[in-house]
Amino acid sequence: MSSISNPLLEAKGITKYFGTITALENVNLKVHAGECLGVVGDNGAGKSTLMKVLSGLYKPSAGSLFFQGKEEILESPRDSQNLGLEMVYQDLALAGNLPIGENIFLGREPTKNLGFLKLLDFNKIKELTNAHLDKLKINVKSADQKVEELSGGQRQAVAIARSTAFNAKVVIMDEPTAALAIKEVGKVLDLINSLKKTGVGVIVISHRMDDIFTVCDRVMALFQGTNFAEASLSNTSRDEVIGWIMGKK
Amino acid sequence: MEDKDKKIESLHLKLIPYFEKYGILLLLVLMILVMHILQPDVFLSWRNVTNVFKQISWQSMLALGVFMVIVTAGIDLSVGSIMMLSLMILAVVAKAGAPWFIVVLTPLIAGFLCGLFNGLGITLLRMPHPFIMTLGTLYIFRGAGNLISGGTPISGFTDEVRYLGHGRIDLQWLGLEKSQYLPVSLVLIAIVYIIFWIFLNKSKTGKWIYAIGGNPNAARASGINVNKILIIVYSLCGFLSGIGALILAGRTDSGYPNAGLQSELDAIAACIIGGASFFGGRGTVLGVFAGVMIMGILRNGLNLMDVSSFWQQVLIGSIIVLAVYIDVLRRDIGTRK
Repeated sequence: MSSISNPLLEAKGITKYFGTITALENVNLKVHAGECLGVVGDNGAGKSTLMKVLSGLYKPSAGSLFFQGKEEILESPRDSQNLGLEMVYQDLALAGNLPIGENIFLGREPTKNLGFLKLLDFNKIKELTNAHLDKLKINVKSADQKVEELSGGQRQAVAIARSTAFNAKVVIMDEPTAALAIKEVGKVLDLINSLKKTGVGVIVISHRMDDIFTVCDRVMALFQGTNFAEASLSNTSRDEVIGWIMGKK
Repeated sequence: MEDKDKKIESLHLKLIPYFEKYGILLLLVLMILVMHILQPDVFLSWRNVTNVFKQISWQSMLALGVFMVIVTAGIDLSVGSIMMLSLMILAVVAKAGAPWFIVVLTPLIAGFLCGLFNGLGITLLRMPHPFIMTLGTLYIFRGAGNLISGGTPISGFTDEVRYLGHGRIDLQWLGLEKSQYLPVSLVLIAIVYIIFWIFLNKSKTGKWIYAIGGNPNAARASGINVNKILIIVYSLCGFLSGIGALILAGRTDSGYPNAGLQSELDAIAACIIGGASFFGGRGTVLGVFAGVMIMGILRNGLNLMDVSSFWQQVLIGSIIVLAVYIDVLRRDIGTRK
């Protein structure tokens, strides 16, 4: 497979300081098309910081990012979105007071011109939302439903739908199942598997070994802000990965 | 039987959005009815109705500005002072003999700049809450207004300057009497409210204002420049206060030190009565208008009935609490358990 030699997204030597605290030191990461990379690590290991660097929310103190082989400097989440790099945040980053469709298109709303006025095109938002939700086989009553009226799993599905509405090439998910009822976890994991099949590269940060071993192809562990271990799923075991999280090899 | 239950439930679900949207109008209509019954000869007379609209004209501008700020989960305590400072600048510029079209523009520009000052302070100085910045400018702007005017009233403006606050649109061509005119300020309220309704509901920026109130992190993660939007919101709030100053200049023909004293609280009260949530992201332009009207009608009606202004304070306070309690009940019905 040619994609093995050409990662979709590659981070080299990422270092991030917050004042005197070193959150990340010389961290490397890569993900290929159609592949799911699991990132594990204890609280404070630097997982979330790394993801925020990848999504353009934080600027790294040192190191570089390569997207499809080309070096990119991300100034804001808008830059990473333009590249096709999308993030699904742990706190879901949805506005509960807005309907599903408006959340999916938040910040990138389609508009229509009415004379000199540029107005939101609500019909188009609805149409695109329904088509996109259908494609991902996400069931909701209506695209007009407010997000605050949805269950945790439905919200997570909307967040994932949102991340893939604009031809995402890489989707980064921070604890995608952490807030979910058990019966909803399976649906979200199915959704991740179907994303992989469309050729999207997925990075999943998770504490849950079940998640990692259900959807990931490769797993890497961070420990105290550094790369600690990495293996393809077929070459490791749950116990070994749990050991990595605690800093034991 | 089950089918029937389902039907009732679906009807119930269908009605809730309308109740949420227009429930406050019911309260307004109810108040109008009660006042009409209590004062059948006067309350709905042409003269009294236009009076109510003239009285709420400048408050409605402040309330609309504060409403936008509240939608972002912020607060602006300085709108009364912005209006007073803008009014004083208008008065000083008018007394200096500037042509009317310059005099008319000054409060709008002054109000906008005051709002911009608030917005920049909140975002650049990273104030922990807009309450603090605008509490500061509540004092700063009123002090500045007194400094430039010497703390004394400045009176006497030209008809052009007074047009928006004092002008009348003659309706005799419709076969009405001379006393049955339309106040220009009423037309102005309608135009401004429609423009801001379109802005908040149909434009990207308006949608982002609601999104910031709903979840600022979501807005930020969506690539929305939250600080920029906040600066726009506070600037527009100041601009609307400037329009309020222009209306007040027309109504009173004077710039005076106590102009707009405590009117920020009236503005906040109107928003809250109108269903805006202090936690942000909720409320409608129509609701704010209803809130302003409810306060205006209450004051007017109590004046007509010769009720002391002390009772007015007690009643307005009670209405605030009651309106929010109705809102709490409304939300109980509206959310799934």
